[in-house]
Amino acid sequence: MMNTFSLPDFAALAPLIASRGQADVLRALRVSDLSIDDLAALLSPAADEFLPAMASRSQSITQQRFGRVIQIYAPLYLSNYCTNSCLYCGFSAENKIRRRCLTLDEVEDEANTLKTRGVNHLLLVSGEAPKMMGVDFIEQVALRLKDRFASLSIEVQPMTEAEYARLFAAGITSVAVYQETYDPALYQRLHLSGRKADYGYRLATPARAAAAGMREVGIGALLGLGDWRSEGLALGLHLAWLRKQFWRTGLTVSFPRIRPAEGGFQALTPVSERNLSQLIFALRLFDHNVGLLLSTREEARYRNGMLGLGPTRYSAGSCTAPGGYAHDEDSDEQFAVDDQRTIAEVCEAIHGQGFDPVRKDWDSCFQDSSSHSS
Amino acid sequence: MLSIAGKTFSSRLFTGTGKFASSSVMQQALIASGSEMVTVALRRIDLNDPEDDIMQVLDRTKFFFLPNTAGARNASEAVRLARLSRASGGGNWVKLEVTPDPRTLLPDPVDTLLAADELVKDGFVVLPYINADPILALRLQEVGVAAVMPLAAPIGTNRGLITRYQIEIIIAQAQVPVVVDAGLGAPSHAAEAMEMGADAVLVNTAIAVAGDPVRMAAAFRLGVIAGREAFKAGLGAASDEASASSPQAGLDFIR
Repeated sequence: MMNTFSLPDFAALAPLIASRGQADVLRALRVSDLSIDDLAALLSPAADEFLPAMASRSQSITQQRFGRVIQIYAPLYLSNYCTNSCLYCGFSAENKIRRRCLTLDEVEDEANTLKTRGVNHLLLVSGEAPKMMGVDFIEQVALRLKDRFASLSIEVQPMTEAEYARLFAAGITSVAVYQETYDPALYQRLHLSGRKADYGYRLATPARAAAAGMREVGIGALLGLGDWRSEGLALGLHLAWLRKQFWRTGLTVSFPRIRPAEGGFQALTPVSERNLSQLIFALRLFDHNVGLLLSTREEARYRNGMLGLGPTRYSAGSCTAPGGYAHDEDSDEQFAVDDQRTIAEVCEAIHGQGFDPVRKDWDSCFQDSSSHSS
Repeated sequence: MLSIAGKTFSSRLFTGTGKFASSSVMQQALIASGSEMVTVALRRIDLNDPEDDIMQVLDRTKFFFLPNTAGARNASEAVRLARLSRASGGGNWVKLEVTPDPRTLLPDPVDTLLAADELVKDGFVVLPYINADPILALRLQEVGVAAVMPLAAPIGTNRGLITRYQIEIIIAQAQVPVVVDAGLGAPSHAAEAMEMGADAVLVNTAIAVAGDPVRMAAAFRLGVIAGREAFKAGLGAASDEASASSPQAGLDFIR
């Protein structure tokens, strides 16, 4: 039977981080295999003054491992219906927004539009309303799109291992599921009702996706909810556990900072760009191989500046409303993006800074139902 | 001249196409390397797209195209990818890579052997990427691979010949060409592999992520030539002690 990931007492993480001093930071900058204690040092206030050294080390590790390339992806929103009530999210069930659930043909139109703009790595996103957008529908989407795209990822409601196995066989390559906050007490306060209110079920989701054979599993915390340093350490613990349990599974981490959204939720704990950068560098030093995503939630100036310093994947030209690419907007977005450049403009900027914006770095041929082995 | 499966190469430096800042830098670096065989990850290209960024700059009249199965987690994926490549005009050569661990990208010996067997029977010229395991190299030779490609160090690490002793055994035993692949971080590493008697080396990361990839490609070209020349010239054996000045010292009892 599969082990389950459990976090040590979340409240114990902050004191561990706070106890790290300059000597610990220097040690963490020197060693090549970082322990959790080293990660705590890099997340600590004591590491702030070493940000340039962390950036430099992160840059060198990233370029050695990934080269001078940035993989480009785009989200495709399938539906903004949601049965959860989450205080920070524009799709939250009680918000009075224009809801829309795309039909298969509409999904295909959206996908074709993105394809003509040069997108090959597609992230399918939806609110959590399994009756409107269940595993059957997503399976149909995968079967329709898989031959036209290098990879198809999903960021939808958590599913069972059997459902993930079905989707993998249909052509879904990876699953992203963010814990939002690893602090169980805060989690309960923010997730009022719906399936998502179950912290433990969500925490065990990345493992279910990996066990089902998914190529890649993405984790993350929504920055602006809990203490970002503790969230960073929890992410490190989660990563380290997944690495050991699922050695065949690629791992990625996202760093979504809270953006303005319907409902008017304000960040509980502001996370500055400097904080975000420290978090990204710390995780890169902790895990040399993990894919790091930097989305259009961040503005162009910051994304340009971060090129080559740690993140390996950039979304581009994103619209967070279902139907927003090919159709007139008649539904509302999940949040407002801050980098509003087109895909071509983002790629041009990446190229201009000496990096190759890679549109295809996978192939649907890898996967068919007979290739699944565990 | 190096000959693999009946095809001859005057350059013993093979190169890759990953990690470059742009396809134009890649193209210039490949030219500077003098390489005649270039490996390309099938996952990175679209053989059916005439405007594919890599295939557009890769002049197949100058560079022999060696598609690789990087990303395959098991034998069946690798075999399927190779067949699709051949069906799309990618030819019947394949650099077989089965790397189930996405972190170290170390090759799976079991599935590599299975896939090699299947692909050779299907008419492919197979060049498997392997750990520096002499017995595995022999087993692959038995199933009919065209060369073996043992790693110097885990891919992308630039650590040089950390598997040196294993590779020496492979070179001593092999009846097929031995191409040292992965982990070579400097022209001196490439020279060292060639001095040991490797038939060729494959270098990608060390060129692609260098400050000046074109210049580094040229440096690797020279390193490979120097190492090969030294091997042909016959290196003197290294010794921990100075040689006795009189060769007869201590042997006076011999009549």
